[in-house]
Amino acid sequence: MNELLEILAELHEDVDFSTAEAIFDNKIIDSFDVVTIIAEVHDRFDVAISAEYIIPENFNSAKALWALIEKLIKE
Amino acid sequence: MLFTSYEFIGFLLVLFTSYYLIPKKHQWKLLLAFSYLFYFIAGPVYLLYIAATTATIFFFARKIDNFTLRQKEYDKKFYKTIIKSKKWRLLFLALLINLGILAVSKYTNFAIANANSLLRAVGSESQFGLRNIIVPLGISFYTFQALSYLFDVYRGTISAERNFFRFALFVSFFPQLIQGPISRFGDLKKTLFSGHSFDSKQISSGLQRILWGFFKKLVIADRIAAGVSEIIREPDLYGGAYVFVGMLFFALELYADFTGGIDITIGVAEVLGIKVAENFRRPYFSKSIKEFWKRWHISMGAWFTDYVFYPVTVSKPMLRLSKWSRRNLGQALGKRVPIYLSSFIVWFLTGLWHGASWNFIVWGLANWTVIMVSQELEPLYNRFHKSFPALKGKLSFKFFQILRTFTLMCFIRSFNCYRDVPITFKMWGTMVTERNVRILWDGSLLGLGLSLADFIILGFGVLLIVWVSLKQRKGPVREYLSTKPYWVKFVLWYGLFLMVLIFGAYGVGYDASQFIYNQF
Amino acid sequence: MKNDTRVTYTRLIATILIIVSTLFLLTRLMMPKYDIGVTEGALVAEYYDEIKDHDLIFIGDCEVYDNFSPAVLWQDYGINSYIRGSAQQLAWQSYYLLEDTLYHEKPAVVIFNVLSLMYNEPQREAYNRMSLEGMRWTPAKVRAISSSMMGSEHFLDYVFPLLRYHSRWKELDVTDFTRIFTRDKVSHNGFFINVGVRPAINVPEGRILGNYDFGEKAMAYLDKMTALCRENGIELILVKAPSLYPYWYDEWEEQVKAYAQAHDLKYLNFLALIEETGLDFMTDTYNAGLHLNLSGAEKITHYLGEFLLNNTSLADRRGEASLRAEWEKKLAAYDQEVERKRGEEE
Repeated sequence: MNELLEILAELHEDVDFSTAEAIFDNKIIDSFDVVTIIAEVHDRFDVAISAEYIIPENFNSAKALWALIEKLIKE
Repeated sequence: MLFTSYEFIGFLLVLFTSYYLIPKKHQWKLLLAFSYLFYFIAGPVYLLYIAATTATIFFFARKIDNFTLRQKEYDKKFYKTIIKSKKWRLLFLALLINLGILAVSKYTNFAIANANSLLRAVGSESQFGLRNIIVPLGISFYTFQALSYLFDVYRGTISAERNFFRFALFVSFFPQLIQGPISRFGDLKKTLFSGHSFDSKQISSGLQRILWGFFKKLVIADRIAAGVSEIIREPDLYGGAYVFVGMLFFALELYADFTGGIDITIGVAEVLGIKVAENFRRPYFSKSIKEFWKRWHISMGAWFTDYVFYPVTVSKPMLRLSKWSRRNLGQALGKRVPIYLSSFIVWFLTGLWHGASWNFIVWGLANWTVIMVSQELEPLYNRFHKSFPALKGKLSFKFFQILRTFTLMCFIRSFNCYRDVPITFKMWGTMVTERNVRILWDGSLLGLGLSLADFIILGFGVLLIVWVSLKQRKGPVREYLSTKPYWVKFVLWYGLFLMVLIFGAYGVGYDASQFIYNQF
Repeated sequence: MKNDTRVTYTRLIATILIIVSTLFLLTRLMMPKYDIGVTEGALVAEYYDEIKDHDLIFIGDCEVYDNFSPAVLWQDYGINSYIRGSAQQLAWQSYYLLEDTLYHEKPAVVIFNVLSLMYNEPQREAYNRMSLEGMRWTPAKVRAISSSMMGSEHFLDYVFPLLRYHSRWKELDVTDFTRIFTRDKVSHNGFFINVGVRPAINVPEGRILGNYDFGEKAMAYLDKMTALCRENGIELILVKAPSLYPYWYDEWEEQVKAYAQAHDLKYLNFLALIEETGLDFMTDTYNAGLHLNLSGAEKITHYLGEFLLNNTSLADRRGEASLRAEWEKKLAAYDQEVERKRGEEE
């Protein structure tokens, strides 16, 4: 989780991602950010988040994203 | 049948009346019948195309969905992999068929023309003849809408529709058939198939939206169209400041035409109780090109993001490229290479989607270039803003950003205007070489087919649009107006109606002009 | 509650009234003021102001309203006639104007000028408007419009002329506002008075045509005209006014002659009667042979009056007091305008 927050913090220094909600719906992160995150996650956790997972429910908060990563690691 | 024809108004009147007279559970069937009738009037042959797309995508999506359901039953990873590859094969086949139809009907002649230039370039004498191929009205729009359904089913975000006719309505829903928005099945199905009872408030709100669309389209777009085509048609006559004037005119025409058309689409759907997603959010107030494309033709941008940009960027080869580039080009740059590459693909395709010509491809890539350059310059901006922190919130600075974005868009868009790309560059050149700024005030503008009276109407129209846009930021304008006393509302809406009736550029003496976006 | 519904209803009625009246006013405002502009456009509507008791009705294009004078027919022969002519009135428009006339009265004789047989298609939207707009709404008008529309025209534009003329907002002037409700008379029983003289010299020969047969549609409407007159016991007479241009081909003449003979109709070609009528193209035309001026019109009208009294059932009605009183007013106006126009010429 902390590692994920690090990734996010690099993108937008001015946002506290540990508490932020609806960051996808409110366009705090845009499409470039999303794919950057996915590349980073792939690099650090060796998990490939495919396009079907790019939906607001998975990207609206760091918590949701972390849940997705954990789920994909298990598989 | 143009949205602004008497026939279309008659068509709507018959539909609206019968829609609320028949039992609610049959309403969607009536819509299907009218949608096919609408398309039949446009061109009887077109029906074959849309039926083919509807049938194949319905069939493949259902197959894919069946596998998805089975995939859930079996938990073993082994089965999952098999099923996944089977699903992928089905998806591939469906794409092949439907993109094939789109490609053949829309791009064959473009391909032939390019092959011919190539042949000439290598000194060959032989040339291919251009083909006479039918391009069904709105094929780009309904194909993309049907494909979005296919992708969503493939991804499992929605389950496949089991009723063929309901799906047929989704693909052919007439208000959005010829110029979008490109709706998603998950969004549209919430209101498309359910019964709707007569709701006078909703209906009058829809009618108001239609009227506003008519105003933009007939009073503004079709009026200024004369000036735009005059300037574009005679590039030798209209250089220098005229190019700039042409850009401004075209910006206004395109905006009024396209958003007006979408207003009519959404308004018609609203009268029917159906919610179609917004396609524009005051795009000319954008502060960057990237932002502009999130506010202009939203549904198309979202389509390319969801179904091209994401899958390409997060695909295995791309992720591998990302790893490699970061190792070899350094963290900062390496991170961006894959993104830029996928954006390039997206903008190339966006250009191609808009039209089968190099003008559109160059136009798409010009957008890409500006977006990438401003992305690269972002650290510079950030440093600048750190040095002048007061600037960021200032209205004047925002205004500057808006003006900058608007101007940039005007330049990029001129690729769509002129006959070909070299002429566009040449015309940009004349803006520097030809010193004829005085035409802006010496009356020359009255020689473009627009009289002073036309300019007054246009000026008024622009002010009205700006006022509505500013008001819109605080909520829907129609809702705001609906709280006013009866006679105030009457004067406003009836006044708008009379403006359309009298100042609209329709009827004998005006050429019936197609919505600009129909051709895409 | 009850009060509420009353308010709603009053409001509804007021709204409808406002909408209807503003649209009506706007239509009247935007419509061309033919009577002070292109006067030909005012002709068709003027008929309805008449007392409908005519013995003779003319139908046809400019060759009737410029060349025959009902005033002369009355003054010298006691024939009460009216010209339902309009600019480039097409054969089917003539037919429907005849149908329209029959809603109001049944003349003993109808005269149709055959020049329009040369057109088998509508020619110009503007002429359509001038011939059709003035008609009152009847099934005849509906059919007249449907058979006349050009590709760019739309039926609704006739039902709601505002849809057609809204673009005139740019050219509105004071008279458009002052003349919303008033209209001046422009003709004398459908006749235009022209006193100018422009001799016909160097009249061009007709160029060679590929096909001299009259079109099917035009002839079909001539058939309908013949049948309609027969049904109603009206004598149909064909005429060709003595206009030198558009050129009247021999081949056309033959066809009309044959038709007249086959259907037992009288046919007068005034081009062949120059000597008998005493027409002089140096003095009797106001636009070099296209149309006759007053002097020319009076000459051929005399010939026609004579012919009608001798060859048809028409009789001298000058003995009828009320009709005479009506005509005395008309003749006074006629003379007055002749005076005025002569004054203008000099």
